[in-house]
Amino acid sequence: MSEPLLSLSGVTKSFAGVHALVKGEIDLYSGEVTALIGENGAGKSTLVKILTGVHQADGGEIRMEGAPVRIGSADQAGRLGISAIHQEAVVFDDLSVAENIFVTDRPRKHGMVDWATMRERARVILDELDPRIDPRMPMRQLSVAQKHLVQIARALSNEARIVIMDEPTAALSHREVEELFTIVRRLKAEGRAILFISHKFEEVFDLADRYAVFRDGAAVGHGLIQDVSRDQLISLMVGRSVDQVFPKAAVPIGEELFRVDGLSRGEEFADISFALRRGEILGVYGLVGAGRSEVMQAIFGLTRADRGEINLEGRSLAIGSPEDAITSGIAYVPEDRQIQGGILRFPIASNIALPSLSHLSHRGFMRRSDERALAEDYVRELQIKTSGVSQRLEELSGGNQQKVVIGKWLATHPRVLIMDEPTKGIDVGAKTAVYRLMGEMVAKGLGIIMVSSELPEVMGMADRILVMRRGRLRATFTRAEATPESIVKAATDA
Amino acid sequence: MPKIPGIRRGMPHEVGLGLLTLLLLALVTTAFPRFLVIDNVKSLFDDTALLIMLAVGEMFVILTRGIDLSVAANAALTGMVVALFNAHYPGAGIVPVLVIAIVMGAALGLVNGLLVWRVRIPSIVVTLGTLSVYRGCVYLVSGGAWVNSGQMSPFFLSFVRVPILGVSVLSWIGILVAVLAWAYLRYAISGRNLYAAGNNPNAAAYAGIDVGRMQCLAFVLSGAIAGLAGYLWVARFAVAYTDVASGFELQVIAACVIGGVSITGGVGGVLGVVLGGLFLGIIKNALPVVGISPFFQMAVSGLVITIAVILNAGTYRKSHGRKILERSEATS
Repeated sequence: MSEPLLSLSGVTKSFAGVHALVKGEIDLYSGEVTALIGENGAGKSTLVKILTGVHQADGGEIRMEGAPVRIGSADQAGRLGISAIHQEAVVFDDLSVAENIFVTDRPRKHGMVDWATMRERARVILDELDPRIDPRMPMRQLSVAQKHLVQIARALSNEARIVIMDEPTAALSHREVEELFTIVRRLKAEGRAILFISHKFEEVFDLADRYAVFRDGAAVGHGLIQDVSRDQLISLMVGRSVDQVFPKAAVPIGEELFRVDGLSRGEEFADISFALRRGEILGVYGLVGAGRSEVMQAIFGLTRADRGEINLEGRSLAIGSPEDAITSGIAYVPEDRQIQGGILRFPIASNIALPSLSHLSHRGFMRRSDERALAEDYVRELQIKTSGVSQRLEELSGGNQQKVVIGKWLATHPRVLIMDEPTKGIDVGAKTAVYRLMGEMVAKGLGIIMVSSELPEVMGMADRILVMRRGRLRATFTRAEATPESIVKAATDA
Repeated sequence: MPKIPGIRRGMPHEVGLGLLTLLLLALVTTAFPRFLVIDNVKSLFDDTALLIMLAVGEMFVILTRGIDLSVAANAALTGMVVALFNAHYPGAGIVPVLVIAIVMGAALGLVNGLLVWRVRIPSIVVTLGTLSVYRGCVYLVSGGAWVNSGQMSPFFLSFVRVPILGVSVLSWIGILVAVLAWAYLRYAISGRNLYAAGNNPNAAAYAGIDVGRMQCLAFVLSGAIAGLAGYLWVARFAVAYTDVASGFELQVIAACVIGGVSITGGVGGVLGVVLGGLFLGIIKNALPVVGISPFFQMAVSGLVITIAVILNAGTYRKSHGRKILERSEATS
């Protein structure tokens, strides 16, 4: 057990100048489960993509049984015996289960696909995993847990020596997780090395032999799981001193501004009730897929809630569309800046003016100069670094793009501002600028709802913290009560 | 649901479409027994053979999430080139003609494919451009002149007309292309990868399938078939000129969509496309028989296509909204 099966050292990777991985280091051992832990954006997904050959490392070394290897393509990763099970099941929904298992290496006879053999071999592998899955079924008909099993079947068919599981339990029920773990333990007993990525500490302590912690693209700690406590892992994950990054301004909290009662929608979320006060930043924490964005989209009118009431300043609102929400004084800064938040190819001025066009126009026409004047106001106020308001959004840095998107919504004079992952994918300096901006906004009497998956951000900026899990509100903490442990516990406990 | 090879399920799209086609045929024939006159049926088969071939080629491209608007222009250009070749070398025989048609068609397809794969231009833009370029080239190579039957060798004209078991070679080639395409998509590794690349490009990348390369391959296949169809078209109608098959690409795409090929990629099969082509062919041939004014025929066939597409779209409508709540906790 002394020599690792796979060993990464000093692996780096950047995308368009943004460093995703600055010091990727991890060792995987045969017959052991290594848990990879880190916040969103710590570089875990990049590491997985490098290991599976989807991306190539810019620098550093990958060794297999001591010998340096290059993983130049997904094919090569497969030949090295590396197979991955992804969080969002990466499968072919309209192909059969059998073909999904053997997609990288379909059984052949005389150079042609041998469907009978493929089905038989799929049957044999699936019998050990879940006999209820028919190899002829289209993938679409399977549950998420079953789709994971099919990916595991793919790894087994490849005789993978290294199995990567990227948050495989994120969308599974408690019982399904148990079934999955039984299978993982079997893979381990067969001598395979397993890289297990999870946000859930129970699972990590339950399953893993070793741990590795990543923060901001670098490995910050590793060792045997028996030598570490949950608190130690959390402090490794979070790392930096909270005060430096989060310039939380002391703003007096005023009267109740906004209230949601019993909001429910289909199978997405149920019984969501909370209140927001003037001058308050309300953090909404949860794991990816907890239903937080779905709630916000319903509040903003992008989708319709089945039940529930929304009140703003004591008036009940009937929000049927984003237009209604904007008119009522609710603004939504969406999670994906580049797709939902702004129009990259438009100039800054058009981006900022977009939701305010009805105010800017006179009898359906608008003047360019009004658009520019409005945009210039916000460029000044938010200190957006740009050569001018006619510069295209795509030419700005991530942080400045985000400021434009925020400015666009401030221009609608909202009273409630919903920010979904407001600092996702921007560097630390720009993050701090966004936080400062949030402070200034609440000082003017706005209420902010901040949806975030980053624990330090929620703890650093929010006055109160709501925790969601599986479509429900599970806990509420005041700033004083909140500890990382209690929040993570509420977000993960099954 | 449209069919994908290798999957067994309830009633596939093809059964419904097949029944609909038979129903249509029955309706037209009961009202106008003249419709099923042998000559009419033969010409129906010959007409739809060309449509079906081109639609099968188009299907390869649509399966990989692309679209090929240049198939008809490709056929026109290739048809003109082989007609000119025949006019200059009247004794060359049928083999060089077929080879030139297929190779040249494939080369024109490769141009599309490389622009999509290597230059990363969306296929609709690429083929909108090459559609005009290829049409323009017909004019360039011919100088705007027609190549008439008088300039064509007897073998060039008669090849498509030779009956085998009462069915013309043209129809047999249509059948052959459909069967080969079916076998290719079902049994060849690259055929299967076309489905995978179109069904989920992201997952395909993880599985080591080069999605761009698959798109390029689809264009080459589509082009090769279009080239072959170009010769067959020119030989059948015994004339080559700039506007051969002008606008035909729209019918080709319609045949695919009616046949259950999903515009979003990765779903569809040869059988559906064949039925889609027959369906369109019957409508096109029936409308004059039924006595609908030529001025209305386009509108009527357009209406039928639109209805077929709407019905098709219905099968894809997925339930929106994610499942987040645990099953026991779901409130509705």
